[in-house]
Amino acid sequence: MYDAIIIGAGPAGLTAAIYARRAEKKVLVLEAKSYGGQIINTLDIENYPAEEHISGFDFATKLYNQAKNLGAEIVFEKAVEIKDFKSYKEVITPRNTYQTKTIILATGSENRKLNIEKEEELIGKGISYCATCDGAFYKKKRVAVVGGGNTALEDALYLSNLVDTVYLIHRRDSFRGEEATLNQLKEKENVQMILNSNVVALNATDRLKSIEVEDLEGNKQTIEVDGLFVAVGRIPENENFRQIIQLDSAGYIEAGEDCHTNVEGIYAAGDNRVKEVRQLVTAASDGAIAATEAIKYINNHQED
Amino acid sequence: MEIIEVNQNNFEKEILKSEKPVLIDFNANWCGPCRMLKPILEEIAKENDSVKIASINIDDEEDLADEYGVSSIPCLVFVKEGKEVKRSIGLQPKEAIEEMIGE
Repeated sequence: MYDAIIIGAGPAGLTAAIYARRAEKKVLVLEAKSYGGQIINTLDIENYPAEEHISGFDFATKLYNQAKNLGAEIVFEKAVEIKDFKSYKEVITPRNTYQTKTIILATGSENRKLNIEKEEELIGKGISYCATCDGAFYKKKRVAVVGGGNTALEDALYLSNLVDTVYLIHRRDSFRGEEATLNQLKEKENVQMILNSNVVALNATDRLKSIEVEDLEGNKQTIEVDGLFVAVGRIPENENFRQIIQLDSAGYIEAGEDCHTNVEGIYAAGDNRVKEVRQLVTAASDGAIAATEAIKYINNHQED
Repeated sequence: MEIIEVNQNNFEKEILKSEKPVLIDFNANWCGPCRMLKPILEEIAKENDSVKIASINIDDEEDLADEYGVSSIPCLVFVKEGKEVKRSIGLQPKEAIEEMIGE
């Protein structure tokens, strides 16, 4: 029986593992893919306290080693179901069933798709969800970025230094992203903003050739692009827990700043929880809080 | 087996004319997920003698990346007798890669 099973080895999950191990709890971290979470896609982190510059890969690796060296077991299996038996809980993966006193859900989120035809088949053939990963393949080409948040603005700015033309397409008339980034973008001669518009279709032969863009009045235009970078937000990865964990209408876990879910002994940490600010430092913060709450719960239920 | 660095000079010998099937890993130093994938591929290379694993740096070998139409990395291309049979994009867990190369 584990004291805590942490689902997800991103910044929230690994921080939780560090706190739980320092309290000498028996900890298992389950990760479906690879440690680090989405931060591994970030080239340079500049807003983490005491680290002026660090790559996402280096950050993730340091965090992973720290948790591991403290004695956290880290296993690469996907948690497909969790069960609550009051006095203990179970986490089920395709290979194993694990028993634990507490669970910390730190699954994070995945890229939201546009949900238009051919999107899936054109991934890697013109469609991308990561400008810093794939931008280099579009040097001197024409690309579009769709979205209105920080990621979309940062993607457009990053790409504007590499490519010939960037079309920034957003369904509203103003951007949610940071003013400073937006102002930088407005100075760029090769960035063209297309507001109040949606990407409604993708034209391709073997790879993306052009996109159909429709404005709010229903006027359509075809724009020739080699790449379309989709930055329309993220979806929390909570579907496997829906049976017992309360989610909001967007799929985020209904847990407050104390990280408590509706089930005693199960906590939520990081981007998969209802919250205002989703940053590296707030994910780490959630990890610390969730672990501390889990430790309290374990110590209070020792005689059970 | 070790992972073999492939460039324009040894591409034909190591990939097109390879007796063993080859799993090509298109990567770059600046690509975080590629760096995450590397130790997984090293493990597979060590445990497996029937498949050759080749690494192609897309910044140094733009023409090879172009030839394979790579526009997103990490990109794994599985080649048998010189011909592409399977491809995957993005960071993959070890199991998925083993399945891809038919273990």
